[in-house]
Amino acid sequence: MKNNTSVSFKNVVKTFNDTQVVKSINFTIESGKLVTLLGPSGCGKTTTLRMIAGLELPTSGEILISGQDVTKVSASGRNVGMVFQSYALFPHMTVMQNVCYGLSNRREDKQNMLEKAHKALSTVGLEQYKDRYPSELSGGQQQRVAIARSIVIEPDVLLFDEPLSNLDAKLRRQVRQDIRDLQQKIGVTSIYVTHDQEEALAISDDIIVMCDGEISQIGSPDALYKQPKNEFVAQFIGDANKLSGSLDSVGEDKVFNVNAFPLFQYEGPKGAGENVAFIRPNAFKILRSDHSSAYALPVTVISSVYLGSHTEYKVMTPWGDSLFMIDYSFDEPIANQSSIFIEIDNRGVSIV
Amino acid sequence: MKHFHRNTLIIGLVGILLIPWYRLYGNFWAFEWLSLDFFYNEDNAPLIFQIFVFSKSWLLLAVGPFLFYGLHLLSSKSNEVRFKRLSYYQLYYGLVGVFAVIFQSLLVGDFGVNFEWANAFLSEDAYQVGTGGGTLLLILSYLLLIANGLAYRGFMKGDVFSTSCLIIIIFLVSVFVIFPVLNILIRAFYVNEVGFSLNAFIDRFAIANLWSLDCRPSSNSICGSAWSTLFLAVMTGLSTTILGLAFALVVTRTNFFGKKYLGFFSVLPMITPPFVVGMALILLLGSSGIITEWIESVFNVELGGWIYGFWGIWIAQTLSYTPIAFLVLIGVVEGISPSMEEASQTLGASNYKTFFTVSLPLMRPGLANAFLLGFIESMADLGNALVLGGDYQVLSAQIFFAVAGASADDGKAATLAIVLLMFTLTTFFIQKRWVGKTNYNTVTGKGDGGRYCDLPIHVKYFSLGVVIPWVLFTLTVYAIILLGGFVETWGVDNSFSLKHYVDAFRVEFVNNAFVATGVAWDSLITTIALALIAMPLTSFIGLLTGYLLSRVDFPGKSYFEFGTMLSFAIPGIVIGVAYVIAFNQAPIDLTYTALIIVLCFVFRNMSVGVRSGIASLSQLDKGLDEASITLGATGFKTLRKVIMPLMKQAIISSMIYSFIRSITSISAVIFLVSAEFNLSSAYIIGLVEANQFGVAIAYATALIVIMSIAIALMKLLVGNRKVFLRAQK
Repeated sequence: MKNNTSVSFKNVVKTFNDTQVVKSINFTIESGKLVTLLGPSGCGKTTTLRMIAGLELPTSGEILISGQDVTKVSASGRNVGMVFQSYALFPHMTVMQNVCYGLSNRREDKQNMLEKAHKALSTVGLEQYKDRYPSELSGGQQQRVAIARSIVIEPDVLLFDEPLSNLDAKLRRQVRQDIRDLQQKIGVTSIYVTHDQEEALAISDDIIVMCDGEISQIGSPDALYKQPKNEFVAQFIGDANKLSGSLDSVGEDKVFNVNAFPLFQYEGPKGAGENVAFIRPNAFKILRSDHSSAYALPVTVISSVYLGSHTEYKVMTPWGDSLFMIDYSFDEPIANQSSIFIEIDNRGVSIV
Repeated sequence: MKHFHRNTLIIGLVGILLIPWYRLYGNFWAFEWLSLDFFYNEDNAPLIFQIFVFSKSWLLLAVGPFLFYGLHLLSSKSNEVRFKRLSYYQLYYGLVGVFAVIFQSLLVGDFGVNFEWANAFLSEDAYQVGTGGGTLLLILSYLLLIANGLAYRGFMKGDVFSTSCLIIIIFLVSVFVIFPVLNILIRAFYVNEVGFSLNAFIDRFAIANLWSLDCRPSSNSICGSAWSTLFLAVMTGLSTTILGLAFALVVTRTNFFGKKYLGFFSVLPMITPPFVVGMALILLLGSSGIITEWIESVFNVELGGWIYGFWGIWIAQTLSYTPIAFLVLIGVVEGISPSMEEASQTLGASNYKTFFTVSLPLMRPGLANAFLLGFIESMADLGNALVLGGDYQVLSAQIFFAVAGASADDGKAATLAIVLLMFTLTTFFIQKRWVGKTNYNTVTGKGDGGRYCDLPIHVKYFSLGVVIPWVLFTLTVYAIILLGGFVETWGVDNSFSLKHYVDAFRVEFVNNAFVATGVAWDSLITTIALALIAMPLTSFIGLLTGYLLSRVDFPGKSYFEFGTMLSFAIPGIVIGVAYVIAFNQAPIDLTYTALIIVLCFVFRNMSVGVRSGIASLSQLDKGLDEASITLGATGFKTLRKVIMPLMKQAIISSMIYSFIRSITSISAVIFLVSAEFNLSSAYIIGLVEANQFGVAIAYATALIVIMSIAIALMKLLVGNRKVFLRAQK
């Protein structure tokens, strides 16, 4: 395997029928990293992935793989492996034939080919199924064949197009971890497309959040959650309540006020003035007995949903905004229309 | 890519140096071309000798771009830069080359220089005959060069194979569909020895018997054939749609005992040569038909030849095209989700109200579609109009007589062809743009359980009341076809006889060898041989086009699709006239060859392959192709190893359909046959015109049997589905 297998996009634009699906994006994915393209459907993430594979060619801009310009190289000329959403296993070939297919395109000698295919199949733990047809395997096994088929060619880059969407919820966690482990083991640069933020947070070294064909933010899962750069990222990753108010200096400290209610003490870099704060649902704490805190806020419960491990509440602030909050405590659920006091933990707050 | 590029150059060189530049006369299978002398004369020499030995200087135009490209190739050195810059040269020289070859072939024709200004450069005795293999290879090489250049520049995602296929198909469709059709447009304005004249066209266009509105039956005048054609087409469209709907309702919504066998009727028209129904009608209802004679003797009336004219053609067309409407409508009726009807019933609607306010409106686009198909088929029909037409003038028959008649008026035929083409193309447009887009198909595949509600009683009785007599009538017609060949002389001496079959298919044992002396053998063998040659070609080019249309994106795709589907909308008779006019002189001279018939079969039936290709590819996950390509396979390997094995059924069925359609086609090929290459359908029409019904029916029955065997073979091969195809979701 080559040492440098980075992927770079330089001002890449993709237009379909006069609609810009990808609007001049730039990024570099470092060698050996697993990076997720995350965004709602129609944000251009799949198109971006397909441009790396060469299944779409950009309208303008440059794509570099391993430092080489591959912008106009056809898919079969790039050394890229891809795991498709539908797996796209060839139904008329056995598992072994599927895995060997890519090698046969490189004119490898037969002995070598079989050795590599066996190794790939054992990596995904499917050696005993090599003579079966894809239709004789379960969904999870089919997916592992698809992975074996794409790693056996020792690609510079491995691409995953929503690989978990055809699996049931339980299997999804398992396979997600398997993919991560495999990627770490063989150290291949990998790019993973998903619309599921939890999946992205769980698996990635870095996440590229996309919206409307543009990159909203690039960063580690932790950075995206804690320091979203814009409203879209704040809302899309981990949910957030949006509150408009002002940051006022009180001596050395800065306090965020909404309609003269002081909500929390701010410790970030933003200066005083009108600002918008995004508050995570789990940053609220219900004050059951002690209401004496300086930042206690009186609210009315509108509705609640009991979900076992936690309870979700919708509450109304005195100035008429509704807030969505999650309570992880073991306390009794609170009845609708009750008046309660809540407090905000400023670690769950970001001002953008 | 480099292999591909090298092959391109080799094809070009072979075309220039080795293969005869012009078409060959004489028999290819005589192997005269094995001797060197054969090549070293003006008729058969390759391009290089034509230029330098036989001083056809204008041919330098054709080879020039190839040489210049070669010079560029030799002069550029570094590989990296070379390939980037090369793509421009490939595009440039490829395009210039194609145009240069076409230009020089138009410049000098059979009788010398075609343009006066060129006399200054070329000698007076310059001439050239139709193009041959050398020209073909050189053009192919230029086309591949274009494809190469486009692919390097990222066209079709850089896939050389798909790009080459696209370019070649575009070229072939342009030459063999678009060029001939445009050519008749030109011919409509052209008068021999006068030249182009708008007046000539207006005169031809405005003739009274085309547009006359004097349609009163009493006045002894004859309606304009344009109106007659339209009226007949509307009537046929209506009758086939109503009958087709009745059939579809009976099959899907009743428990009528015989409904299982109705599906068989959908196969009948496919295997029935188009004029056979007309012949059977004459035997039944003609002036001396059995039913006619029976009615005349029982009721003591004189029926006469009422069948010859509108009524006869209409009944024959309705018989022939009802199954087409049935096939369309059964899909439509089954496409309505039962839950729609259940919803209507739970909302309190009766059967009657549900049918007329929910089910029927949902079928509306399908009904319109079926109507338009019947409409187009009726206008394009020549066989029944020839056999039963009488005094009723329709365009297709008029075109036929304009070419085949004593006056042989190309210009008139061309003008009539344009009128007919106008009608069918308009209908085709309406069908594509308007009806084709509105689709109420409500079956979603999710939770569409449930049961269709019962038909309202009136609708049910109406459907059965229409279907049962019609089935009986159809059965009678086909019984006549089967029996007609075994009767001594129809209506005169109805005793059993094998005479007609013997006349047609006699084989004698002479001088220790079997000799086929029956009159049918020549045309039958030619027909089957040519249909078999056309079969894989049609299927291949059709499916390949279907592949490009459904799998690859490229600019101008909708125009490409339109061009390939055009052959469906062009009536056979128009194609026939167009081929005769376009391909009877240099640059493309194919008169009286087998090749012109094969080409006509291929481009006429190509749409069958296109449609079956698109249909079967739409069920194949697109990810399969993409997976193959990302695993490093070329477009060609993907097609060969992944797509083709999964499309076996489509390949087989499109081959069989193209075979059958070739055998049953009449209107497109009737002008293309010659003494040497005669076809069954044209031969049978000749028998009918000579009033030899016995032999004609015997021959037609034999054709039906052959095609039934082909269909049975297809069912056998296609029915053999492998389980793994169910695997993909």
